[in-house]
Amino acid sequence: MDALKFDEKVCAACPTADCLQKCQYQVFQKDEAHQEMMKVVNGEDSRVLHDCMTCYACEEYCPSGNHPYYLISERREEKGILTAPRPITSQWINMTAMQGKQMVGKVKETAVSSCFIPALAGLASGEIFKDVAQAMVFGAEFMCPAVHTHFAQMSVVKERLPKVIENFNRLGVKEVLCLHDECYGTYTSIARAYGIHVPFEPIYYMDFLLDRLNALKDRIRPLHVKAAYQRPCSNRLIPDKHHLVKDILDVVGVELLSRKYQDENSLCCAEILRSVSGYKLANDVQQRNIDDMVDAGAEYCVFNCPACQSTLSDKGAKGGIKPIHIIDLCKMAIGEKGGVTQ
Amino acid sequence: MKDIHRSLIEILGERSVSNTPEELWFYSRDPGVLPPHLPDYVVAPKTTEQVQKVVQLANREKVPIVPMGNGMALTGLVIPLKGGIVMDMKRMNKILEVNERARYAVVEGGTSQGVLKAHLQNHYPHLRHSLPDAPPTTTIAANVSLHGQGRLTQQYGFNSDMVTGLEVVLPTGDICKIGSPSLGPYWFSKGPTLPDLSGLFLGWLGTTGIFTKVGLKLYPNKKIRDVELFVTDRVELVPEILYRLTHLEMLEDLNVWFQPKPLMFKGNYHITIYFTGDTEEEVEFKRKLIWDALQPMMDTKDGGFMGLQFMKEMLLEMPQRGIAAFADVPKGGGFEYSGPITLIEHFPQYAAKVVELAVKYDVLYASSARVISGGHSMMFSISFAFNRMDPAMMGRVKQALDEATEFALDMGGIPWKPNFMEQQMTMKRMDPNTLKLLQMVKRNLDPHAIMNPGNWEVN
Repeated sequence: MDALKFDEKVCAACPTADCLQKCQYQVFQKDEAHQEMMKVVNGEDSRVLHDCMTCYACEEYCPSGNHPYYLISERREEKGILTAPRPITSQWINMTAMQGKQMVGKVKETAVSSCFIPALAGLASGEIFKDVAQAMVFGAEFMCPAVHTHFAQMSVVKERLPKVIENFNRLGVKEVLCLHDECYGTYTSIARAYGIHVPFEPIYYMDFLLDRLNALKDRIRPLHVKAAYQRPCSNRLIPDKHHLVKDILDVVGVELLSRKYQDENSLCCAEILRSVSGYKLANDVQQRNIDDMVDAGAEYCVFNCPACQSTLSDKGAKGGIKPIHIIDLCKMAIGEKGGVTQ
Repeated sequence: MKDIHRSLIEILGERSVSNTPEELWFYSRDPGVLPPHLPDYVVAPKTTEQVQKVVQLANREKVPIVPMGNGMALTGLVIPLKGGIVMDMKRMNKILEVNERARYAVVEGGTSQGVLKAHLQNHYPHLRHSLPDAPPTTTIAANVSLHGQGRLTQQYGFNSDMVTGLEVVLPTGDICKIGSPSLGPYWFSKGPTLPDLSGLFLGWLGTTGIFTKVGLKLYPNKKIRDVELFVTDRVELVPEILYRLTHLEMLEDLNVWFQPKPLMFKGNYHITIYFTGDTEEEVEFKRKLIWDALQPMMDTKDGGFMGLQFMKEMLLEMPQRGIAAFADVPKGGGFEYSGPITLIEHFPQYAAKVVELAVKYDVLYASSARVISGGHSMMFSISFAFNRMDPAMMGRVKQALDEATEFALDMGGIPWKPNFMEQQMTMKRMDPNTLKLLQMVKRNLDPHAIMNPGNWEVN
């Protein structure tokens, strides 16, 4: 355990260097991308280690599933290179420390994880979640530690993840319904990358949503609205699940608009860029993103991650775009009150 | 003493005078750590003339008289240390005038902060006053009499600097107007270009007269308020950060705070930066300048801006209720602080002292500093929470606060709203000729030493 399953030969023989070539925040020529990544692989200093914005996207770009992002984070920590300012880094470590204040609902074989995000617990309600909502768990004890990769604190990830898994294990659950991509990505990507055994089956909430919508199809009234989608960073850890957004929007009668910053080319919500880089880049990224949504003719911005929603809602609303979480969108489609934040 | 009781009833009516034990009990204490002391009477006047007659009676009979706002100074300033009459001013709560164009208000001496805030919100939404982070029931007159601070102190100085005129009942019973209202109907200046007589009363903690009217400056109330929170773990950088921020000359308020609980705040110094604007463009322009000013600390990774999604609403509250929450961490709701006025460059030494005192006396600390007047000084609060049902803990807090005051004086600071013992410490260190001048003022204004005796006892 603790050792990243990374194959340096794969990088050495990589014909594309897509991990860096496609990066939205650093510019590389193809040869240079390969050279810089090999510096990272070989433990040498590289501008990647200083300039990476921690958007997770290279995990998706890598055609071989070789975990370039985790490697970059490992190397940064080894060399003591901070991503965000030191006090912000320590604050996140302190804020998410386990303090015995977890909340556990009536859990049997399935637990619903709202991670350490209060907004998620509120979302998982109504007809869609009626059979599982009582099994909610919340707190640092059940928080996937993936956020610490943003701060290149892989030691914290590796220290806490087994404890979180053990806390679920103690509940005796067979399944954990993950309401946050970060959680599902942690159990299916990070844990596997580090050889950490996950003794339960992680269920991705969009798979669950689609199943429930199919079960409730008689109640669905197509919404007939046009929407842009804000893809979160953690969805880059589980790119095979990205199609579910379109699948769900099709079912509820929402037109997913084509725009410049979507799919592989998505822009991050930029909250983490604020910490890592500062105001200018974050503001620029957010403004380009919102302008792109407006140009595409979006009435709604559909969010997957509450943190993205909190970060971009105001700016989107000022552009005339209604922010809504995809769960609330589904609730609206079956006639329940959705939570459009204004 | 029966005669005095009867005389008070004659002046004020029966319902405005009390000497019943249960009411005297309430007026014998404040929420801080000082022991209570019973008054003999409590009175609640409605007019300046009633105040005048009660003061004349007290002066004639040489009975102590303690003017009181809401009694929330925490340092025992309205505990009647020598008994006598507590004069509760809260019934004199009328807003007498708002001069919109000259941006000042004239209020009666018991008007609360909340009443003025609500009045301005309802009738003059583009005007505001410097609201302190105290309960809204605290009074404007008490606040300026102890050189209080508020949301606009960073820009415009102490709240007492914002006084535009006073009506004072002197200890002899004379009613005296201070500043421009002494010459005409307008309340636009407390002193200039006359000799500034407000200094005979502001900061004297009710020992030289009773404020029955206060003129107060009002300021533009911008449509949008916003906040950023910068954190650093290097205490020595705090003065530099504040210097850079005050150089911008555009902040509404600027506070620094640190506390060990909850865990997310441990080890960091938090600089809360408030700014305002009438348009989004104005706000974003200011935000950009703030970020640019602190970019060097971000580049060295020594400081950064926190994401505020879940704290913003709480930070923008006016007044903030977080202090009440802190007071109850050890349960029992006790809270008191020493808040010396000092140089910003001394922040690191003060910060170290707070932690040292908390460890030495085994008490829970929280500390907050407010920048005053663009950085000329700061109020550094050394705050401790305690359980009122735990006398031993209260005793330790009192010892810690006494030591904090000694430290502040050693550092060349000035105690803010000092209790009577801290006043004594201060006078012992004061230049002898300054003390002599204070004695002359006090002796001449209050020859029988009836006004809030025990406080500023220079003689």
